[in-house]
This record gives sequence, structure tokens and C-alpha cells, in this order.
Amino acid sequence: MNAKRLDQDHGRLRGRAVYVVDGSRTPFLKVRGKPGPFHASDLAVAAGRALLTRLAVDAGHIDQVVLGCVSSGPDEANVARVAALRLGCGERVPAWTVQRNCASGMQALESAALDIASGRSDLVLAGGTEAMSHHPVLLNDVMVAWLGAWNQARSLGARGRALMQLRAGHFKPIIALFRGLTDPVVGLSMGQTAEELAERFAIDRTTMDAYAVRSHQRLANALEQGWMDEIEPLYDAAGNVYEHDDGLRPDSSVEALAKLRPVFDRPVGRVTAGNSAQVTDGAAMLLLASADAVRQHDLPVLGRIVDSQWAGLDPAQMGLGPVHAMAPLMQRHHLDSPDIGTWEINEAFAAQVLACRAAWTSDTYCREQLDQPQAFAPIDESRLNVDGGGISIGHPVGASGARITLHALKVMQREQRDIGMASLCIGGGQGGALLLERSQEFAS
Amino acid sequence: MNQHITIHKDDAGIAWLTFDNADGGTNVLTEEVLEAFDQALVQVAQMHPKGLVIISGKPSGFIAGADVKAFARIPGVASAEQHIRRVHEIFHRLESMAFPTVAAIHGFCLGGGLELALACDYRVCGDDSATRLGFPEVKLGIFPGYGGSVRSTRLLGDLHALQLMLGGRTVGGRAARRLGLVDMAVPLRQLRSAALQLLQRNARPRRAAWYKRLPALPPLRPLVTHVLAAQVGKHVNTEHYPAPLELLQHWRTTAGDDAAMYASEVRNVARLINATPAQNLIRVFLLQDRLKSEGDKRAFAPRHVHVVGGGVMGGDIAAWCALRGMRVTLQDRAPEYLSRAVERAHSLFRHKLKDRYAVQAAVDRLMPDHRGSGVRVADVVIEAIFEDIDAKRTLYATIEPQMKPDAVLATNTSSIPLDVLGAQLARPGRLVGLHFFNPVAKMPLLEIVHDENTEPDMLVKAAAFARHIDKLPLKVKSSPGFLVNRVLMPYLLEAVELLDEGIPAPLVDKAALAFGMPMGPIELADTVGLDICLSVAEKMAAALHNPVPERLRESVAAGDLGRKSGRGFYVWRDGKAVKDAAEGTPAMPLADISDRLVLRLINESVACLREGVVADEDLLDAGVIFGTGFAPFRGGPMHYVHSRGVGEVQRRLDELENRFGQHFHADDGWGAIA
Repeated sequence: MNAKRLDQDHGRLRGRAVYVVDGSRTPFLKVRGKPGPFHASDLAVAAGRALLTRLAVDAGHIDQVVLGCVSSGPDEANVARVAALRLGCGERVPAWTVQRNCASGMQALESAALDIASGRSDLVLAGGTEAMSHHPVLLNDVMVAWLGAWNQARSLGARGRALMQLRAGHFKPIIALFRGLTDPVVGLSMGQTAEELAERFAIDRTTMDAYAVRSHQRLANALEQGWMDEIEPLYDAAGNVYEHDDGLRPDSSVEALAKLRPVFDRPVGRVTAGNSAQVTDGAAMLLLASADAVRQHDLPVLGRIVDSQWAGLDPAQMGLGPVHAMAPLMQRHHLDSPDIGTWEINEAFAAQVLACRAAWTSDTYCREQLDQPQAFAPIDESRLNVDGGGISIGHPVGASGARITLHALKVMQREQRDIGMASLCIGGGQGGALLLERSQEFAS
Repeated sequence: MNQHITIHKDDAGIAWLTFDNADGGTNVLTEEVLEAFDQALVQVAQMHPKGLVIISGKPSGFIAGADVKAFARIPGVASAEQHIRRVHEIFHRLESMAFPTVAAIHGFCLGGGLELALACDYRVCGDDSATRLGFPEVKLGIFPGYGGSVRSTRLLGDLHALQLMLGGRTVGGRAARRLGLVDMAVPLRQLRSAALQLLQRNARPRRAAWYKRLPALPPLRPLVTHVLAAQVGKHVNTEHYPAPLELLQHWRTTAGDDAAMYASEVRNVARLINATPAQNLIRVFLLQDRLKSEGDKRAFAPRHVHVVGGGVMGGDIAAWCALRGMRVTLQDRAPEYLSRAVERAHSLFRHKLKDRYAVQAAVDRLMPDHRGSGVRVADVVIEAIFEDIDAKRTLYATIEPQMKPDAVLATNTSSIPLDVLGAQLARPGRLVGLHFFNPVAKMPLLEIVHDENTEPDMLVKAAAFARHIDKLPLKVKSSPGFLVNRVLMPYLLEAVELLDEGIPAPLVDKAALAFGMPMGPIELADTVGLDICLSVAEKMAAALHNPVPERLRESVAAGDLGRKSGRGFYVWRDGKAVKDAAEGTPAMPLADISDRLVLRLINESVACLREGVVADEDLLDAGVIFGTGFAPFRGGPMHYVHSRGVGEVQRRLDELENRFGQHFHADDGWGAIA
């Protein structure tokens, strides 16, 4: 029944076994032009306290809290520490925030896993949180310089002269969210890097839109089946409750999506708002444990994190990051695609996921870019992002890495798959991947 | 040195006098402490320090006030006068020290404590929310008598000082600074440094500006008195609570002449403290202490409360527990049934806590939990779902196996007996009643319901829990209506009966207010909701031989539910009952109406005592005062019976029975009332 057993010591996460106990996440809430009702720490607390209560784990027993967040607010620069204290972990539990752009949540899991494997920690609350609707709007440099001069101007005359120098351009704000989604080295927006891949692998608009529609259909189906039980509702101060990912469009169709105009490369481009990940607020929190901690606190177990890999590539091709991160994991553990029962590859863009699948099965790409003798077998479409992804669920950048890892493990348990892969592309030209195994020792 | 006060002189030549009562967590000015303070002042004077700092060694605060317990035992006016004169002497000694003095205040600084601080040259206090200064004396039926009326007018000016003393309210540190009550309000970490700075500065002690003393000019005093008396009259019935008017009278006759004012304090406060209203109010204060002592916090340290039922009661109970520091999970069938409770909790936290970090911490402690995950980790599980035996039993069947073995299982039922609800439990004796009153945030009483099966340990834990969430526990036997609803119901039904006899609703309510009730019974019924009154009345009807008035049924059937539907016995507009002025001569004297109302409540109280619903008369009085607001200055229903005369009350009952029927038939329990 069990085709392959993975050995953690074949990989780079050597040491003690790292168990994922369970996880919870908030609904992912679409950014609708104004700051949403929750800050990043609010989201992390909502998911975290539900998780800890459900597991009956006393927050005080946690060794440390690690959270991924790309841009935490000015009031919570180390958002992990804020969340840890608000969760009641107590002042003695250390916490740190990690940043690896779109993979920050995965980085948090890997950091936690490393500390458990090495014996430094036994019980770690890890995950990611992002309130993209709260990403700051900044003053531009000209305005900052002017304000400096204004503060120095003491006399009425000097102030008058300073006022005279104000121009409309001074008031042009910097929207950090947009800047963050633009590569500072090659100058392309993330959408434009997806356009690059669409051209390179000749992915047409209809295929991309069809992929997007399927993402929505899969999420709708998963909700209907009651499979998204890792979602914990959010409640705001005004008495509103948010139960589901609110960017879901179950009635989405290829025809409807065809009407959308390209947003990044006008007029020729193919990447639209409809076939890209949604900008959202959300958090996902997981509890990671050593075997000792699992026994000591009598915890259930979803699975293990067996190995991890980071990879770098041309920033303009960042969407292929998953391919570069997954390939070494496959090599180290002597795996081919059919061995992987569940795939989660974050849907930043439909074009980008489709390009990954294309590169994965391209002999040329595998030989030239991945030092593989030949291409991998195709990734079975029915095992990839089976309950939807960033396009339908949303992609709160700091949280997605944690969400896909958790969900891969949930799917593995549901479908009795032994081995799983969670991977994302990372703005700036990186890829990250975790190799997962359904738990054998602590079968629940 | 002695066991209540320590003194030492530091290297810089400053003397530090620390209040640290040997018997308790709070500094109180008992006779013993006052004498110790006097001795300490003599010793300090002999040290010839450069200055004196008076400070408290208790985390709870500076000095909570005079010894109220001793007030209840004061034997006569003469000895009260002697006591006050002696305190005047001690505080004069403090005031006339040859070196500068400062009070460094944190936490509570009330009544006599504030009067002591006012006898210092300077005052500094914390700027945090726990720092409270004020004169609560009028709430006990007296006014400040340790020189407070003299020194506060001198310091703040007459208007501000009088308002502070008349209202009985407390002010925070920053407000005290604005008022001029203290010289500085600083973060607690700087309290000592600020006190030293004040001594070093050695400025002339503050006095009110000359124009603030203008109201004390003899020609103006009658007018000022008149205006302030009118203000007071809007908030309290001065017939029942005469202290504010007594204070104004005292000020009017002696303001501006310190010696006369001190002498008048001695005379008047000594007289007031021996008068009935003060003695009854002090009794209420002591009854509150009695209830507090019914729960021992050390016996149980609950951290997590799980509440099932996100309706108004369940939601408010959950919010209250979170406000008081518990971790709370609140369960209902689906998230949508919890959102209203979360919203109400947010507004409670904002209203009570104000500080945004404290609000956030409270919000974080309260977790909406539609899955019911909290049951497994809870120390107390409170069921607050609708009143249905089967629904509750089904719920317990799923909850009980998940609970920690030593956790308390509680129900907020107001009408179903414990043995019925607990019959199918594996451990029926773990079920107790925690009967909260609506609105939870305002009502201090918590009925702890038990029967002969209740595990003693659970009862102890339930009472301790009540103290942890700052409620007053009252142990009551499981019987229809427990104590509070049981005695309230005949009172309300009698009011409806009066309506049926053609007495206008405003007149019925007026009679109850005249007796000293906080709200008339008709308005109360409308406020509670007629549907709720009907349901409680129906549940109690059989057991207590209280027929349910048709009129109540008809109103509910017509959809007139009271305040919430805009119409009940009254028409409600903007949250207020529209009361037409009663025309012509009243059909029945007010005293007859109030006797009909109150004597039914009292007769039922006697029945409760006979049945042992509560253990004794004091507990009954405490429960009825804190559960219904029963006229506090009357000291409780049983105390009222004794002051009016047991025989006289029984005679009146017989008379009412003859005139109005057998529901006034004196309960068999009267024989046991001494």
C-alpha cells in the first residue's frame, strides 16, 4: 500500500522528525480599495487561538512563534511577537518574523522545522499573515525633503518661502503594495514576469482563463463538500462575520473572463485580473512539533515535513521558481511525478502554473536549467491544487506558503496520499518547496 | 514603628511614612490605625526631617477610607463626636508640621483617605486608570467629617468641592489634577520622584483662586445652595437620602469660618451617622461584604470559561467574564449567531476599559467558537441556551464527556429545577446553577443554585468563580424562581392586579418609587419584556399559587411586549415610557398601593426563609437588595419588617387579605420571624 517511505536524512532537514500537528486559517478577504477590518496581527490571532483551543494546547507551552509577513504594519513590525503575546503565549516565549516575499509563510515553517529537527525547539507555532489592504501609502522623497526643510524653517518668512515651493508632485503618494509587486532589479511587475512565461511557453489566453475557471470551480466544490474545515470565521467589531474566502466566483466562466482586459501589458498581453491571484488579507497558522511534544501533549498529527529547498533564478522568470525548488527534492529522494500524491503549487498567475507544468516536462528545460538528465513525468492535473488556489482563494503574500502546506497535508489525509509537495514562486526570482509525508507513526 | 505604619528617614533627610495595615490587603483608617498614625507623626517630628512623604505599602491603593464596619457599631452621638474630634486633632497635627508634607497616591484614595491627603501640603497621584480619588460619604448617608468639607473647599473652591462631595463619585488621576485636587499626576513609576520634587520645590501649598471662593460670600450662599440642591434632586430622592442636603445646610451656615465648619462637621456627621438612613446604608455595605465572603477566590482559580448560547444572556455573560480577565469561548450553532454577541462585547469593552490596548486584550480573550472547541479546556462551562429541558439535556450529553473532570458545569436557567436538568448526567451533582441577571454588566448579584445532590466542591468552586468575575454570590436552593424572581413575581403581579382595578400605571410606579424602589414595577415589567414576565409567571404559577393575570397574556398575544416592541403597559418612545400625568385625586392612597406591592414581596420573602431557599435573613436582604435594587436605605425587606414591627406588618397583611383576597394570606413562616 505504501509505495515509498521518505528518509528525512536523505535531505537537508537532518535530525529529529518534524510533525505538523494541525493548522487553521482565516478566510482570505479580497482587498477592496480601502483598509480592511483586520490588521496582520488580528488575522494571526484569530487563526492561532482557534487552532490552539481546538487542540487544547496551552499557549504557554509553545517554545517559540515564527510568522512570515512581507509588510507588517507600523504598529507591529515584529508581528509574530505581537501575535504571540496576544495569543497568551506569555512574555517568556520568543517570537520572530521572517520575510522571503511570497514564500514568507513557507520560510516560517522551514525555520520552525529546522529548530525542531536540530533539537532547539519542541513545539512551535508557525505560519504567515498578511493584511495587504493595510500596506502603507508613503510620502515620496521630494515631500519628505520638503517636510525636513519645513521643520527647520523657524521664521514666518522662511515658512512662507517653503510653502511657495510646494508643487502638486509633492503630494503624489507611493503605494507600497504596487511597488512591492514590481521587481526592483529588472523593473518588471509580477504580472509582466507572467507575460514573459506566457510568451516563452506559448500559453494562450483561453487556456489561462480555463485554468482560472477551474480554480473557482474546485474551491466551490471543496466548500460544498465541507473540505475547507481549516477555515475559522473572522468577526469584526461591527458585528459582521466572515466565513469564507470572499473572492470566490463559483459562476465564473471562460466567456466572462474573456471580456476582461489585460492589466499589465496593454493591449497585447494575456494576463488579466481574472487569471491572476487575488490581492487579499489572511493568515494561516500551523502547530509543528517534535515526537516528544506530540506524545507529551497527546497531540494528533497530520504529517511530516521531510525536506525543504530554496532556489534562485532570473527575476524576470520568477514564476518558474517552483520547478527549480522541486527538482532537487525529487532528485534527493529519488522521486518522479507519479510518486507525489498531492501537489500544491501556488497560483500566482494561471500562466505561471501552466508554465511550470510545461517546463517540468520539457527535456530541454530540465537538462539546461535543472541539471536533470531528462524531463519529469507530467504533473497529474487531477492531483494539482485540487481544491483551488490563489486565483480563487486569494494570495495574501505572507500567508500563502503556510496555507498551501497545510492544505496539501489536509488533502493527503482525505485522499490517503502518502507524499505531497508544496511550492511557490517568489518575487525577485526564487522558488521554495517543502516535501511532505502523511504521518505513519502517529496515524490518526 | 508599629504594625500598621512604618517610618524611616533616608540619607537625604526625607522621612517616609508608609501605611501598611497588618490586617488585610487594603489600608483602612480604623481607630487603631489612626492612633498609630498619630504616634508616627510625633516620631517623625522628632526626627527633624527636611520633608515627609506619606505613601501606601499596599498594591491596591493608598487608603480606602474610614472604617465603615466600626460605624455600624458606634454607640451614640456623643462617642461619634468624640471620635471625629480626635481625628480632627490628628489631621491638624499633620497639617501644622514644621516641614513640608506630601501624599503620594496610587489606586484608591477615598473618603477619610482623601481627607488625610488633603491635610498634607502637596499631593501627587498616578495617572493610570486604577487611581481613583473621591468622597463616597453621601452614599453611606453622611458627608466628609474628617475635615474634608473644610479643606476641599479651601483647595478647590466651593462649587467644585461641593459637587465632588455631593455626587459621591470618584475621579481619576488626570481629572484630579485638572480639578486641582492634586499637584501632579504622573506615571506610577515616577510617583516617588515626583513626591520628592514637590518637597524640594517647597512652593506655597495650593489654594483656590479668590474668585472660586466667591460662592461662600454670605449673600450668595442661599442661591448657591438652592441651585445645587436642585441639581441633587434630579438624581436622588432627598427624602430617602438626606445627606446631600445636610451637607449643603452645613456649608451654608458655616462656609468661610474654618473653626465653625470643623465644629459643624463634628456635630452633624456624628448625628447623621447614628440616623436610620446611614445605619441602613452601612448595613448594605456590610451585607455586600458578607456576600463577598461567601466565595473564596483561593479555593479555585478558573482561567477558561466556555459559554454555550450566543443570545443576549450568554453573549453578555461571556463578554463580562472576558472583561474580568478570563479566557472565554462562546459557542452557538453557527458563526452568524455569534456576531451580535461579539459586537456587544466590543462596545462593553470600549465603554468599560477605554484604553485601546486593554480593549484589544479583552477582545483577544473572547473567542467565538461555533465548533465548541473550548469545552475541553474550560474550567467552567456555562449553558445559556433557551429554556427547554430536552435541548439542555441533549447539550449536556455532548458536553459532559468532553469536560475536564474537575470543571464546573453550570446552567443559567431561571426556571428549570436542577434535578430535572441533571437527571441524565453521569455525575448529576456537578451541575450547579449560575443565575445571572440582565443586564449582566450592571447587576452585581449571581445566584448560585444548588440542591441536595450538588457536590460540595462544585458549590465552593461556583461561589469562588463568582468572586473571580467580581459578582456577589448568593447560594440559593433550587426551587421555582430561586430567590430574586420568586419574591419579585408577586410584586409584579400585584402591580398588574392594581392596573386591572383601574389604578393608572404611572400611579402604581409612583408609589413604588416613593417607597424607594429604583424603578416602578410596571416600567420594570415593560423593560424586562412582558413575554419574559409571562413565561416566568407561568412557570412559577403552579408551584406558588400565583394565578397569571389575563391582562399579561392578552398583551403578549397582541404582540405588545414592552419596551422592545414599543408598547407594553406603557407606550415607549425613544427608549422612554410615556407617562400621562395622573388626573384628579388618586383612587387609592400611595401608601396603600406601595404596601400592596411591597408586602407581597415581603410575604414571599418570609416563605423563602421558611423553605430555606437562602440560609438567613441577612442573606435574603442582601440578595433582594443586590438582585432587585430594593430600596437600599431601608436595609432590605426583612430589616424593613423589623424596623416597622413584625406584628404591625402581620396586622397589615391580615387587613389586606380581608380587603383584597387571600393572596395576602400571611405565610406560615411568620411564626418563626422574631
